[in-house]
Parts: sequence; structure tokens; C-alpha cells
Amino acid sequence: MARISVDTGRCIGSAQCVLAAPDVFDQDDDGFVTVLDDNPTGEAETTARTARGICPAQAITVHD
Amino acid sequence: MTTDAAADLVPFMMRRPGAPFPPPEYQEFRNRPGLVKAALPSGETVWLVTRHEEVRAVLTDPRISSNPTHEGFPRPSRTVGAPSADEVPGWFVSLDPPDHNRFRKALIPEFTVRRIRSLRPAVEEIVDRAIDGMLAKGNTAELVEDFSLTVPSLVISSLLGVPKVDRDFFEEKTKVLVTLTSTDEERDKASEHLLRYINRLITIKSKRPGDDLISRLLQGGLLTPQELSGVSMLLLIAGHETTANNISLGVVTLLQQKQWIDDDRAIEELLRYHSVADLVALRVAIEDVEIGGQLVRAGEGIVPLVAGANHDPEMFERPHEFDPSRSATGHVAFGYGVHQCLGQNLVRLEMDVAYRGLFGRIPALEVAVPLEELQFKYDGVLFGLHALPVRW
Repeated sequence: MARISVDTGRCIGSAQCVLAAPDVFDQDDDGFVTVLDDNPTGEAETTARTARGICPAQAITVHD
Repeated sequence: MTTDAAADLVPFMMRRPGAPFPPPEYQEFRNRPGLVKAALPSGETVWLVTRHEEVRAVLTDPRISSNPTHEGFPRPSRTVGAPSADEVPGWFVSLDPPDHNRFRKALIPEFTVRRIRSLRPAVEEIVDRAIDGMLAKGNTAELVEDFSLTVPSLVISSLLGVPKVDRDFFEEKTKVLVTLTSTDEERDKASEHLLRYINRLITIKSKRPGDDLISRLLQGGLLTPQELSGVSMLLLIAGHETTANNISLGVVTLLQQKQWIDDDRAIEELLRYHSVADLVALRVAIEDVEIGGQLVRAGEGIVPLVAGANHDPEMFERPHEFDPSRSATGHVAFGYGVHQCLGQNLVRLEMDVAYRGLFGRIPALEVAVPLEELQFKYDGVLFGLHALPVRW
């Protein structure tokens, strides 16, 4: 179990998280990240961690 | 102990072989401690960064700048090295945060995953027409000119809101900018024509807005019309030859390993494997900073090499093999940090639609010359092919 938080002030809207973890992240109309599931488990948790690793703006935190 | 500093300098840029794509010297550079000091043809020295971890570190460090007005910013040649945002208002790749933020904020709604997905039918139509044109001419084509350059040019013109009647003009001028046989004078003239055209388009869209990027950005009010002109030229230049090179190289690679043609993972691996924009992300340190154990002084130029990072065996096993079954996630083909390519999801869409169209409609497609005769852009800023003769 992991809790997800995002820093929208850092987000640059590259949408890499939306592509890597579509069940966990989405974009609002302005293109900034929104969290769909802040407590992902199983496969969704794995993809959320991948998204954290590839986010170019380092805007995603996974709290263990 | 004394060392002869000049003797330690490596000359830069390196000639790229056809495949594997990064210059073989990068492997040796990755094995050295610290960074590698290189001499540009101009005589200035820069730090080369070839390991994945350190390329990402350089591209996310706020003490390292993208602004070419800073003393020491690398200027490898006439064609490499961006104008500054002072010279061309709206040239936001040359701005650091916080100046950069306003541009990115204005543009990201245009490149969301949803928006890019909604462009698929328009891209499919463009690809279909280009293939219709090839098929109508017979059973051979020069793919770079007839397809790879055409598709992104038309996609960008559609995105910007260039009316259909002007698209031939737009495509013809954009091709002149990137074609090997163009002279500098022809390129300058084409660039001038395009800029004048875009300025006129902005004036028209401010009076009669349409459903396009220029109209929406004008209405959004975050950018001035003058900045929007620079932004439009930047989108055009950043999205044209890069995408074309990716499409062409991908066709060659997929034809060599046809088992991957319909595999969804192929595109990400193609992006990593070819790393066409190897030396686009030029930087300069504006404070002293340590990168990979190397002290880089304020005012020293840095060249993070994305092909180096993407072929770093610490990050990708057997990096010189094209293997879509690996996870290519984490590659930096589009850069990293706040300047990571804005249009990356559009490039992915264009490559996907291009390959579905080409291999779906022309199953007998093959390269018409032996691979060793292909004209790679050995010394270009962007890696790619000058020409790709095909037949079916």
C-alpha cells in the first residue's frame, strides 16, 4: 500500500504519468496532473511507481 | 604530477555510424570517471555527459541553464545552438523557469493525452493521402521526401490552423529548411517566407478565430502575438525534421525485424534506439555544480548526450540491440526536466499512424537499396536519413 501525492506547481503537463499509470493519474483541462487513485494497490501501485520514476518534473511522491 | 590539459580534450562532434546509432566513443566516455572535456570546432571547451543518471541530473538541476545569453553557452556550429528569447520572442526553449513557465502553461492544454488522441483521425487522413500519392506514382518512392517529411509538416500545419489551400505552400517551404540540397540562401529565404506567412495567419486568426492552436492561444491572452509567432516557428522546427527522422529510421529498423511491426511496444524502443535528437539539449552552468563527481564551474558549457544516456548499459541491457520486449520506459529521447519535448505524445501518434498506414496498406514495402548504401545523416545535429529509396 502506498499513498500518492503530486506537486502541481512542479508539473509540466508532459503526461508521462497518464500514459504509464492511467488508473492512477489524469490531466485536468489545463493539462496539469490530477490523482484518480491516491491509494493504488497491486498493478496500479507498480505503474504509479514507474510514473514517479519517469516524471520529467519530479512532481510525484510515493509515500510508503 | 602535471597533466597536459589540451591532450585530454576530445574533439566534438563525433561522426555517428549507421548502427548502432550513437558514436562508439560514447561507450568509452561512460567508462571514464567524472565527465569528459571536449573541444568544439570553435575552440571552446564543453563537458560531455554520457551516462543516463547524469544526463537526467544535468537536465533537472536549477543551477544549469538553457539560456544561450549566459556566458559559456555551447555553440557547436552555425546550425546548432538556439537563438535566445531576446532575439526571437517566444523561443521558450531558451528560457529557464520562472520565465519559461508562462509558455509551458499556455501550451500544455494543446498537448494533453486527450487532445492528442482527438487528432488521430486528422493524422490518419494525412497519412492516407501521402500513401495515396506514393501508390499513384508507381511501385517505388523516396520515403523521406514523399512521406516522412510530408506527414509532420501537414500535421503541424493542421495543428496551427493553416488553411488547407495554403498547405502545399507550407509544406514546400518547410521542406526547403531541412533538405540536404538546399543552400543556406534558400533556407534563409524559406524561413523568412514561413515567418511572414505565420505572422499573417496570426493577424487573420485574431480577427476570425477558428478551432486551432493559434486561435486558442490568442484568446487565452497569456502570450503576445509576437511571442506566438516565435512559438509557432519553434513548434514547426522542433516537430518537423525530428519526427521525419524517427519515422524513416523506424521503417528501416522495422523492415529488418518484421516480427515487431504490429507490436505496441515497438515505438518506445524505436525512440530509445535511434535517439535522433542526441545533442539538442545544450546547457551552461550558472553556479558551480558537481555532476557525477565532476566539478563544473559557473560559465562552463555542458552537452548532455541523450543517445549516450539511452545506450547506457547500466540503464538498458544490451543497449545496441533493438528489442521492444524490454521496457524502454525511462529513456530520455525527448529530454528530461522542464524542457522535455512538449510534442512527444504527438510524435508517438504520428509514428503509430505512419507505420499502421505504410505496413498495412503496402505489405510488400521494402528498402530498395542495400542497407550499407543508405545515406545516414552522419554529421547532422539530428540523426536520420537523407533519403530512403523504397519499393513494393
